[in-house]
Amino acid sequence: MALIGSARRSRATRVPPVVLAFVLVPLLAEAFWVFWPAMQGFYLSLTSWDGLAAPTFVGLGNFSEMLHDAVFRTAAINTVLWLLLFGGLSAVLGLGAALLLQQERRGIGFYRAALFLPVVFSLVATALVWQAMYQPEGLINNVLSAVGLDGWRHAWLADQDTAFYAVIVPALWRQVGYVMVLYLAGLKGIDPVLYEAAKVDGASRLQQFRHITLPQLRSVNAVVLSVIVIDSLRSFDVVWALTRGGPYHSSELLSTYMYSTAFQSLRLGYGSALAVVIFVLAFGVIASYLVRAFREAD
Amino acid sequence: MTATHTSAHAGKDPGTDRAAARPAPRRPAARGRALRTTGFHVSAGLLSALWLLPIALVLVTSTRTFDDIAAHGVGSWPRSFTMDGFRQAWVDGGLQQALTNSMLVTVTTVLLSLGLASMAAFALSRYDLPFRRVLLLLMLGGNLLPPQILLIPVSKLSEVLGIYDRLYALVGVQVGFGVGFYVFVLHGFMRAIPGEIQQAAVIDGASPWQIYWRIILPLARPALAALSALSFTWIFNDLLWAITVLRTDTQMPITASLIGLQGQYVSMWNIIAAGSVIAAAPTVAVFLAFQRHFVAGLNLGAVK
Repeated sequence: MALIGSARRSRATRVPPVVLAFVLVPLLAEAFWVFWPAMQGFYLSLTSWDGLAAPTFVGLGNFSEMLHDAVFRTAAINTVLWLLLFGGLSAVLGLGAALLLQQERRGIGFYRAALFLPVVFSLVATALVWQAMYQPEGLINNVLSAVGLDGWRHAWLADQDTAFYAVIVPALWRQVGYVMVLYLAGLKGIDPVLYEAAKVDGASRLQQFRHITLPQLRSVNAVVLSVIVIDSLRSFDVVWALTRGGPYHSSELLSTYMYSTAFQSLRLGYGSALAVVIFVLAFGVIASYLVRAFREAD
Repeated sequence: MTATHTSAHAGKDPGTDRAAARPAPRRPAARGRALRTTGFHVSAGLLSALWLLPIALVLVTSTRTFDDIAAHGVGSWPRSFTMDGFRQAWVDGGLQQALTNSMLVTVTTVLLSLGLASMAAFALSRYDLPFRRVLLLLMLGGNLLPPQILLIPVSKLSEVLGIYDRLYALVGVQVGFGVGFYVFVLHGFMRAIPGEIQQAAVIDGASPWQIYWRIILPLARPALAALSALSFTWIFNDLLWAITVLRTDTQMPITASLIGLQGQYVSMWNIIAAGSVIAAAPTVAVFLAFQRHFVAGLNLGAVK
């Protein structure tokens, strides 16, 4: 440790210019495509702009408009619901799958791969697969008929009451495998000695789970939570491919509303303000993610 | 999760569980283990079947004829077999062009962003640059920003630059947006490489470029493989950036084209399913070829 420390210090005397370039080129690429546009985005949220004429400054006008915008309210509530349902269920199901499939035994690779395979699909392809399942004559309705639940048959995506939930299912189908992988890695990192000791003390399975597994998974939980919140707020593809936020905005998320406001209604100022709302919702997670990264960076 | 909850369960459970855990007389224990193994395979098998069902369905649907689907519905047993859906999606539906676009953008972006990111990670992890921690986290922070805040300015920026509706614009924004995350992951990996290796090279008169290219990069190969597999699927599967900076159908990548296909061939499920299979094939192939790296990649990025 001391040796590395002193080596570092002696290297610090002069950083070769080529090494500076190694950092500056990627940093400039990111500054150009991310930091500079982000600052513009914040500025545009304070303007009214149709994309052609010059933007006019309206202060917080866009944000006060949101207070009276019923679609915004639906989209915001849906986004929170999405976070709770999609996020909560994918965490619980992912942990459940990881617990089921944690032990190395014959055939385990196949089961894991089966749950994991959807992760590599694009959400658009996923959405289309599920759209076929949701059709009036699709597999889901046919299965319902076959088990005698004819009354449950439904135009799942066309009904305002079910569209939102029908969109969550494919998103979950794809996310569970990902969360499972994170938890599997976490479970593998737990020292088996802890379980041995608990068994000697006569702890039940549930007590072991409660007092060893869960506390040991704390850092993975934090990661899963961050991943889920960030993914939830970014969720766009699956809704766009399945319903475009319809029918009557019933499956609208802030991200889809932002996109259609900006690029279809061409209200670029208001769209930017919606993007700022998404940013503000994500900010806490980003900040805590960075704080954790900051601690680990050295 | 609450105390009452656990104690309620704990009061009920120990009997059954202790019987399983404690060394009981040989024979019942063996039978119990066999039972549990069977139970495991049944539940895991059912779960896997449920998960694979939609994939099986799309494969079957893609090989049915349109008449079959029209007559019996998309959820019925197949009564026909044809590869016609693939031909129509590939040729008439324009997926050939779309797949070419996707591959061009994806391969270029993966190479460029990992090349740039590995350089930055090398510099930040192997040299005492001023503010290196701040730089590292600034770059990671850029990747964590919700893309929505960037969409409008990026589309305008590419218009101003005259690259709107060109594949370069998509490559540019994908590189800029992704590079921060790759730097962060590679930095973590490269930092763990012992300093002595580098010092020995310095003594032998190696330049920073030689150290990077000949020593650090080969040592970082596992992380690079994992990140390549991961970023390939991310970029290949992206929809949002593509529809933000591209407009013409012939420029669109496969995700956007699939949505177009869905509009063009309403309820012609054989074509739409065939299109989905074509769109999923490259990432599934990457996954199967790099399964271990791929899964490692997910953890590399996350367990931070």
